Amino acid sequence: MSTMARGTTPGSPASAPAVPRSEAKAPLRIVASAPGAVSVTGVSHTYDVSGRVTKALEDIDLAIAPGRFVVIVGPSGCGKSSLLMMMTGLTKPTAGTIVCSGRPMTEPDPDVVGVVFQEASLYPWLTAQDNVEFPLSLRRVPKAERATRAREKLALVGLQGFEDRYPHELSGGMKQRVSIARGLVQNPSILMLDEPFAALDEQTRITMGDELLRIWAETGKTVVFVTHSLSEAAYLADEIVVMSARPGRIIDRIEVTLPRPRTYEMMSTPHFAELRERIWRQIRHQVSEG
Amino acid sequence: MSLAMASSAARPALSPAAVRLLLGVAVLILWEALPRLGLVPQLFLPALSQTLAALVGSAEEYGAHLLYTLRAIGIAMLVACGLGIGLGLLIGSIAPLRRTLQPLASGLYAVPIVILYPLFTAWFGIGPQSKIVFASVYGLLPCLLGTMAGIQTIDRQYLTVARSMRASRWQMIGRVLLPAAMPTVLSAFRVGGALVIVGVVVAEMLTSSEGIGYLISRYRTLLDSPHVFAGILLVVWLVVLFGALVQQVERRTAHWRFSTRSGEAG
Repeated sequence: MSTMARGTTPGSPASAPAVPRSEAKAPLRIVASAPGAVSVTGVSHTYDVSGRVTKALEDIDLAIAPGRFVVIVGPSGCGKSSLLMMMTGLTKPTAGTIVCSGRPMTEPDPDVVGVVFQEASLYPWLTAQDNVEFPLSLRRVPKAERATRAREKLALVGLQGFEDRYPHELSGGMKQRVSIARGLVQNPSILMLDEPFAALDEQTRITMGDELLRIWAETGKTVVFVTHSLSEAAYLADEIVVMSARPGRIIDRIEVTLPRPRTYEMMSTPHFAELRERIWRQIRHQVSEG
Repeated sequence: MSLAMASSAARPALSPAAVRLLLGVAVLILWEALPRLGLVPQLFLPALSQTLAALVGSAEEYGAHLLYTLRAIGIAMLVACGLGIGLGLLIGSIAPLRRTLQPLASGLYAVPIVILYPLFTAWFGIGPQSKIVFASVYGLLPCLLGTMAGIQTIDRQYLTVARSMRASRWQMIGRVLLPAAMPTVLSAFRVGGALVIVGVVVAEMLTSSEGIGYLISRYRTLLDSPHVFAGILLVVWLVVLFGALVQQVERRTAHWRFSTRSGEAG
């Protein structure tokens, strides 16, 4: 193993990013109340573990216009998942406000935000169909309507004919398709996904990325997607939000100008490589700083 | 070639079910043969045919007492398992309550409650009440402990998902906690229910004037071994039947447990 094997030039990792940050904040605040708009203002989060106060998130401002596909990346432990959980209303930040579709997210609201989790998120005692119907049944939607809506969403994610399967009879990718269908069944204008494909093998992961893009294009939802994979971020996003290591802050926002529909071949273009490198520079910079 | 032979030799010629059946048949044959051949005194072990003859001969008496026993078992099971599972769900889902009460319940479980039976008869008389209360208490603890443990081992992610769908507290308990804990609850029920049966029969044997346990005890004092064994056979049959019933329910409601990867510990 020669140290020369990798052809990278010894760069200057600690230097400031070469590409200027995009200034997407201000103009978007105008549409913050529109369906599908997400606005995070001054969000900080601290927690204390046996008396030691840890700052997890610091002064996060983020505005997302309706219909956008935004991917949040960052080193592990940067609080990107915590931030997403706050955006879904599942946890409360210690400071700041989060508004989705004009509604303050002080608690979860599946009519506004559908959530897809990484794993163990389907109920193993329910069939695919019943899993997707589950949120509707909590709202006491009539049985017939429930069944039709769930079937529609399962068809949307490409799972016709699998309605009666139990989760243990489905592959990892299929399970996440069911999760997505369930997230969409109440027709929220925003879908938030927390590392949804992290547990999948690479081929499935790429396929699922394509599927998510197709579903996104068909439904026009706003998508907020958390991942630790740089390629996944660059491949899926309209905009990449890069977060620093703890305390988590937004250190870069990158507009992805790759044309749509995205194809696998784009991953080998110089533009794609540049994107990845820019993200990596930020993250590496942060890691070496800590 | 030797490999092929070895593997064919290693393959069991009989399925486990067939072996079980053979074992059962062997026990029955021994039961009949040992006393008949004089290898075991008939007073200690009457032959199977004699036992069955006693059972059939006194079918009416056994039937009437079996009904008493079944009624006591039914009521006690309802109380033990209903209360045990209900309280287990409640205590298991409220963390401070669980931390306070679980060691207490585990400690109580270790106490042989049979020694308290004289107290129960003092409090409730020697009628059916005392044995129902006794059997209820006897079966309650395993149901309670099992349900609590079941709630505790549930993947916490299930609850987070339910919260993201804005489930109410009651929906959380009824639609998520209960079904997720169902496999553990059912195994708890299997243990608790069997203890209820044992509890009723033991109580009947100690102080009672009716029920299968009473019959066993009475025939024992008369040194009528075939009738004693006929009673024992009925009790064994009851317990086996109960186990099979619970297994059926498990197959229907908890089938998913046997084929899923367990989630990370929460």
